[in-house]
Amino acid sequence: MEILQFHFSGEKPVRQKAHAGVVGSGNLEILLEPAEAGQAEVVVTTSLDGNGEIWRCVLQRFFEENPVCVKLEINDFGATPGVVSLRLMQVLELAEEGSEAE
Amino acid sequence: MTEFLEAVLNPGDTVILEGDNQKQASFLSAALEACDTEKVHDLHMVIPSVSRPEHLNIFENGVASLLDFSYAGSQSMRIAHMLEDQTLRVGAIHTYVELYARLFVDLIPDVCLVAADEADAEGNLYTGPNTEEAPTLVEATAFKNGIVIAQVNKIRDKVSRVDIPGDWVDFIVEAPEPYEIKPLFTRDPRNITELQILMAMMCIKGIYAKHGVQSLNHGIGFNAAAIELLLPTYGEQLGLKGKICSHWALNPHPTLIPAIESGWVKSVTAFGGELGMDQYIRQRPDIFATGADGSLRSNRTLTQLAGLYGIDLFIGSTLQLDEYANSSAVTNGRLSGFGGAPNMGNNPGGRRHSTKAWQDMRRGDDELGMGRKLVVQVVETYGAGVTPVFVEKLDAVEIGKTAHLPNAPVMIYGDDVTHVVTEQGIAYLYMTDDKEKRRKALPAIAGVTPFGRQISRAEVEALRREGIVAYSQDLGIRVTDAKRSLLAAQNMEQLVEWSGGLYHPPVQFKSW
Repeated sequence: MEILQFHFSGEKPVRQKAHAGVVGSGNLEILLEPAEAGQAEVVVTTSLDGNGEIWRCVLQRFFEENPVCVKLEINDFGATPGVVSLRLMQVLELAEEGSEAE
Repeated sequence: MTEFLEAVLNPGDTVILEGDNQKQASFLSAALEACDTEKVHDLHMVIPSVSRPEHLNIFENGVASLLDFSYAGSQSMRIAHMLEDQTLRVGAIHTYVELYARLFVDLIPDVCLVAADEADAEGNLYTGPNTEEAPTLVEATAFKNGIVIAQVNKIRDKVSRVDIPGDWVDFIVEAPEPYEIKPLFTRDPRNITELQILMAMMCIKGIYAKHGVQSLNHGIGFNAAAIELLLPTYGEQLGLKGKICSHWALNPHPTLIPAIESGWVKSVTAFGGELGMDQYIRQRPDIFATGADGSLRSNRTLTQLAGLYGIDLFIGSTLQLDEYANSSAVTNGRLSGFGGAPNMGNNPGGRRHSTKAWQDMRRGDDELGMGRKLVVQVVETYGAGVTPVFVEKLDAVEIGKTAHLPNAPVMIYGDDVTHVVTEQGIAYLYMTDDKEKRRKALPAIAGVTPFGRQISRAEVEALRREGIVAYSQDLGIRVTDAKRSLLAAQNMEQLVEWSGGLYHPPVQFKSW
């Protein structure tokens, strides 16, 4: 198990808290909370060690495309980068719209 | 039976053994394995699908020495090893249509060993839903003075229908056990992921609807199953019924049942049968080709021809793609061969379709310009175990060399690929007019793979503006809609329900 922390610069606020994904092998869950202006902070707890560079890359791309001020808590159980990106997009859609995803 | 084969076979004979995708002449292959190598040796085997252990055992014990084949799914690891240590010599690894065609040109058989459901005293054969390529294999032999031997499940006074005429057949034998058959094309919807659903939504909206694709083939796999199960839900929401996916060249996928029952499908021509689909197909002669006995008539040769020349779109998945979209499923020492994907996943240059999809692929204003078949590859950027699907060089290149193959075992050549879909988006490769532009479009959908990191954000934005690349948001797809509840059936039980209780899943797919 590995814990990774990342900081990015945020610009836009989000409406509300959101949760996406599930706890399970090959999957992950993401908890999103609105953060203070200018801040984006991510804490990843992952069951697969040694993939820090891929995590940085996935998250950097996400925040380049969506510079939102959020605090993300990610609990990963060996999800592929594709699944991580999907969950990030889902949690953001929920934070900006309403209703929880499964 | 072995004694009989020893009497009939001469050393060095070219022998077709019916190993098909689904059906195996398992009694005859076991008898062949037991032949005395003093009497029978160095056979040149033609086995379309190398599926059973004895298909390779005969090369270890010396009964056979040379092999021409097309596919080797379940024996892919062993065949790679045997080629490497030269226990086995290969004439060629063919695509299906290539192999069948060569049987009439320069791979002319001396003996043909096939399997059927029933025979009568005249030798007429009934192959039920699992005709597959048997008529082609028999024809190639019978009309060149070869010997045709059929194992049958049952000898009857009158066969249920004649699939292969008796005067093409020399010997029949009632086997003690029915021939082996496997459900190769059954996908349990339970295992379809949200990522596959997202990619299926992109395919439906960004490719099928965009180009009005009416005739198509779906490869084996969960990506295709997801598309089939989204037609009655997502496709319906988009108002696409009747506008896409009406005509199919397809093994009878159980996951197509909801689309058939919702009135999406007008016709399915089948390569082979699928275990458990028999009763359902009998009730839908309006969709499937059926005989006077009521059961499916499949034909792999003709359906491969339909896949090559008749349809407008092929969609498949792969394990590796290189920077020019060449693809291969050959990895980690597995040499699975080609089967039919390369027949369907290529653009036959002599075609001249008038359909919208075909015409949509036209580029430039050349008066003699042509359309193209749509060849789509769907991949996740990373496979299991954080392995990137996009690679600099296909493993197939090295494995081909190690196995002494004259051609690198590429599945689909990049030049034929018109669209690549990942969870990030679609690359409309047909719009790229040169190799360099093509090489730029792929990294834009390659996610965070090392290949995908080569492209700058500005370059991606330019490609999105030109319409060469589209992300899910560009297509107006909400990722939160990519849920399992969007599937018309989420498990096998629901497929059975859709079929009105007529689909009978094989036992390994039953959990209730």
